[in-house]
Amino acid sequence: MPITFMPEEIIETIQMVRAENLDIRTITLGISLRDCVASEIKIVARKIYDKITSKAERLVRTGEDISEEFGIPIINKRIAVTPIALVGEGCTDTEDYLALALAMDRAAKEVGVNFIGGFSALVHKGFTKGDEILLNSIARALAETERVCASVNVATTKAGINMDAVSRMGRIIKDTAELTKEAGGLGCAKLVVFCNVPEDNPFMAGAFHGIGEPETVINVGVSGPGVVFRAVKENPQADFGTLATIIKHTAFKVTRMGELVGREAAKRLQVPFGIVDLSLAPTPAIGDSVADILEAMGLEKVGGHGTTAALALLNDAVKKGGAMASSYVGGLSGAFIPVSEDAGMIKAAEEGALCLDKLEAMTCVCSVGLDMIAVPGDTPAETIAAIIADEAAIGMINKKTTAVRIIPVPGKTVGERVEFGGLLGSAPVMSLHPYSAADFIKRGGRIPAPLISLSN
Amino acid sequence: MEQIQRVVVTVVGQDKIGIIAGVSGVLAKYQVNILDISQTILQDFFTMIMIVDISQASVSLQELQQVLKEQGQEIGVQINAQHEDIFKYMHRI
Repeated sequence: MPITFMPEEIIETIQMVRAENLDIRTITLGISLRDCVASEIKIVARKIYDKITSKAERLVRTGEDISEEFGIPIINKRIAVTPIALVGEGCTDTEDYLALALAMDRAAKEVGVNFIGGFSALVHKGFTKGDEILLNSIARALAETERVCASVNVATTKAGINMDAVSRMGRIIKDTAELTKEAGGLGCAKLVVFCNVPEDNPFMAGAFHGIGEPETVINVGVSGPGVVFRAVKENPQADFGTLATIIKHTAFKVTRMGELVGREAAKRLQVPFGIVDLSLAPTPAIGDSVADILEAMGLEKVGGHGTTAALALLNDAVKKGGAMASSYVGGLSGAFIPVSEDAGMIKAAEEGALCLDKLEAMTCVCSVGLDMIAVPGDTPAETIAAIIADEAAIGMINKKTTAVRIIPVPGKTVGERVEFGGLLGSAPVMSLHPYSAADFIKRGGRIPAPLISLSN
Repeated sequence: MEQIQRVVVTVVGQDKIGIIAGVSGVLAKYQVNILDISQTILQDFFTMIMIVDISQASVSLQELQQVLKEQGQEIGVQINAQHEDIFKYMHRI
């Protein structure tokens, strides 16, 4: 039988994993909790725990088996559940969903996943009773659990921006930081505020199991900034067309790994395969940085002029290559630029090359938004709300997902650094404009949905 | 007959006497059939690629990986055994 692979191909694959940090960032099992509704919160909590632990029982073991057999690391196994505001709403005996967060946390520990997403509410047009209770429970839920992640969708292109929700999220982020101040405001790293949130995103902290999803589903998030970095670096003279093609080819190969792992995991767990999220997700590890790719494209420093254009090319080429590699693409799908989780971004921010305004501009052309940004602890809640409003406006007008995951680090100010550890990394505290938006935020109500035609 | 289960075994390291013997000895011991071997020097390293069939093997893929790893440490080379699909997915449409 003739050998079916060139040695170079085999070595390329091994090299990607060994030297360039190619990995599957996450396989995320989505679980519907819609059948856990009851009128007593104790019963709901028990049903949530029972359902998660039974459906996800084999998730971690299966992920590890696939990882070993195929020789590709699968970094995280995670769970996303139905937004808890929907699950808890039937409870008539409580004004607090903390017990549900605790049940999620216990279940996550029992099955061995490091994060569980879905302490969430969708409030882009207004609040139901369940939404109100959930929002009021977020700060304590994040402070009193270890693995639970929360997210709130405050805007969509079709509904506009719920500025009452934006205002409240500014306050909730401050409260969460305060309640987790011993850990540098760590609770805020597990809280995302979205515009146009996708319902099948496998990445934390914004993952939840959308209401259009099946009973259970496997979604996969790939990684691979290091692989793209090497490909870009090896071609310093390539013009933009050639460069885009090189990135496309690389993204194709990276995404194929996600497709393979997703299908295999779905088959073994007997769960439908959902989507591959075509993302370049950096980690704090050296050589696993999106910033490094942008600099390898010819920028002296990420954050300088030209960064937005470079990122636009990168993001689009990743999507084009990835879309060819997978039969179902979804989630966030784009390059991530989380400051604390990317060694190149951290460096640029510390040197003053990368400021918040430039990051905001970058979010117009990539996934996802202002992500893992540390700001001074004394930042007013209204200023945080205004940052959320700006980001939501970008998403709403451009018909894309945007998000804010911001940490007002208690007791710290510009120039200091906060350590979160692990994949969450460490972040320099960045400076904000000192001018107040309090009167703007105070108005309340909704920013109307935009005109989609006349699109300049 | 059981369906063929193809696994790609790669051996990378400094060239020396006995690498093929050392690796194929382990494979034979556990009833792993070698379908094809190629070897080359890539980036100054001895590189051997074997396509093997583990459908008759007396151990699982994970156990085989472990014994190959130990054998690799003994000979001073790095040995990987991976399911063929990873290469198929990445390099073939």
